[in-house]
Amino acid sequence: MDPLLKIVIVDENPVRAGILTEGLREAGMTQITYLAATTNLLARIYEIDPDVILIDLENPSRDMLEQMFQVSRIVKRPIAMFVDQSDTASIQASVDAGVSAYIVDGLKKERMKHILDLCISRFNAFAHLETELHRARSALDDRKVIDRAKGILMKAKGLTEEQAYVLLRTAAMNEKKKIAEIAQSVVTASEMLK
Amino acid sequence: MSERLRIGFIPLADAAALIVAVDKGFCAAEGLDVELVREISWANVRDKFNIGLFDAAHLLAPMAVASSLGIGHIKVPVISGFGLGVNGNAITVSPDLQAAIAAMAEGDVADPLVSARALARVVAERKALGLEPLIFGMTFPFSSHNYDLRFWMATGGVDPDEDVRLVVLPPPYMVESLANKHLDGFCVGAPWNSVAIDLGIGHILHFACELFQRAAEKMLAVRASWAEGHPDTLARLIRAHDRAAQFIEHEPNRDEVCSILTAPGRIEVTPELIRRTLDGRLKVSPDGRIRETDRYLLVGREAAARPDPVQGAWNYAQMVRWGQAPLSAELLAAAKAVFRPDLYDAAVGTPPILPIAPADGIGECTGTHFDPDDIAGYLSALSIRR
Repeated sequence: MDPLLKIVIVDENPVRAGILTEGLREAGMTQITYLAATTNLLARIYEIDPDVILIDLENPSRDMLEQMFQVSRIVKRPIAMFVDQSDTASIQASVDAGVSAYIVDGLKKERMKHILDLCISRFNAFAHLETELHRARSALDDRKVIDRAKGILMKAKGLTEEQAYVLLRTAAMNEKKKIAEIAQSVVTASEMLK
Repeated sequence: MSERLRIGFIPLADAAALIVAVDKGFCAAEGLDVELVREISWANVRDKFNIGLFDAAHLLAPMAVASSLGIGHIKVPVISGFGLGVNGNAITVSPDLQAAIAAMAEGDVADPLVSARALARVVAERKALGLEPLIFGMTFPFSSHNYDLRFWMATGGVDPDEDVRLVVLPPPYMVESLANKHLDGFCVGAPWNSVAIDLGIGHILHFACELFQRAAEKMLAVRASWAEGHPDTLARLIRAHDRAAQFIEHEPNRDEVCSILTAPGRIEVTPELIRRTLDGRLKVSPDGRIRETDRYLLVGREAAARPDPVQGAWNYAQMVRWGQAPLSAELLAAAKAVFRPDLYDAAVGTPPILPIAPADGIGECTGTHFDPDDIAGYLSALSIRR
């Protein structure tokens, strides 16, 4: 890829923008500007005059960008959006992943395809990270509720921690439920019996 | 088993039929399990709809035309068998601009011809004083709001590309931008004009229905290819929305409709704000002055839901006027073909009684007669155009 390609990344999520920037740098790009805030976006973009703009799909400034392209068209600075009219698969993949690319006309399609593919895989990697984080968080929540249920059982039935856990696990196996679910019902029941 | 559909929408009063059709069970009654997905920008709705992530969408009428013509973005032929609203916009200006226009007006400022000429004088005066041009907000390059503002300004002799600056802003940002003086005025749909009035930072200068008696605002759009493969689903979708539109227009249902529309995940403003729009009784200035009309937003009345190809031609004419599209017979035919009254009639069974006025289907305040088969003739009578 042409390392001198000027790329602007507009994303309110700094973590995702970081992942994207890193990926583009690894691919040899050097001229990457990250715009986090959307205030004065158009002026900044005019100033930078990028070849490619990558923008988070949920950014409300997308409508503003579209106007910029309309205006630019009038001042004879033609700009095409996305990759190519015929390339619906790339568009679909990019929208699915949550990224939208705006490309200055005249940029080689193959080159852009490469950047877009990279963005899509990076955005998907971010989505994966988020899922992992969510999973980790709910695992933590599970552990908390299990600890509470163990405490309740230990107190109510005079069990050791080990015995309380075995009791929860046996109930979960018998009921074909997750231990956390059984633990939650113990906690709920004890709240109600208070 | 009911059929699953995803429909994208923007939280605006003219999403009413979409929301009521789902939340009041009209879709379910037609065997449709519709998931409404709230979106943040028109570009988002269009892109997700164009590539098939949505089966149908709440689209600006000009956006449906632009998508079908392949201007501004990739070409995806779109059709609509159901209009979600006719009219519904308003032009709101800052108290300063309101005062300046009123001071320059020769006649009743409530007349758009008078206010537009007054605007031209304000613009000329600012130019003479070396002040920055006035800045107006609208929602999208292919939007009724863009065309409303341009039409109004040009009527008074203001060139919207030379004499003022038009900027795109998402509807929820309009009010904030007027408050912090980044804008001098804007054109947007409900409820955003009323929000500005209630905050005491703006005056509604005109309802869009004062510029045109009938202008298609939003469409329930589907991709032409999807419509071909799902004729029965489309008919059911149209029927469900027609029931919803009738329900909304039945006055005794208004309280219920407003509470449905403003629920979490839907429009999320106070029911009273939506109510003003549906009743056509709007507070137009911070001092509480009210202006009434029976045509602020038509949802199911006066055949508003029945798509009219004249609207396709008119929207296309605006695109040609402002340099967004070239003039050609093929493009005109494609623009008209977006609006499909035949699909509406077939789905609903009994076509509604069509309004006799305005005779040309548009009713421009300048008295110009719009001829959908002679765009060149219509445009040649206008002095400001690209």
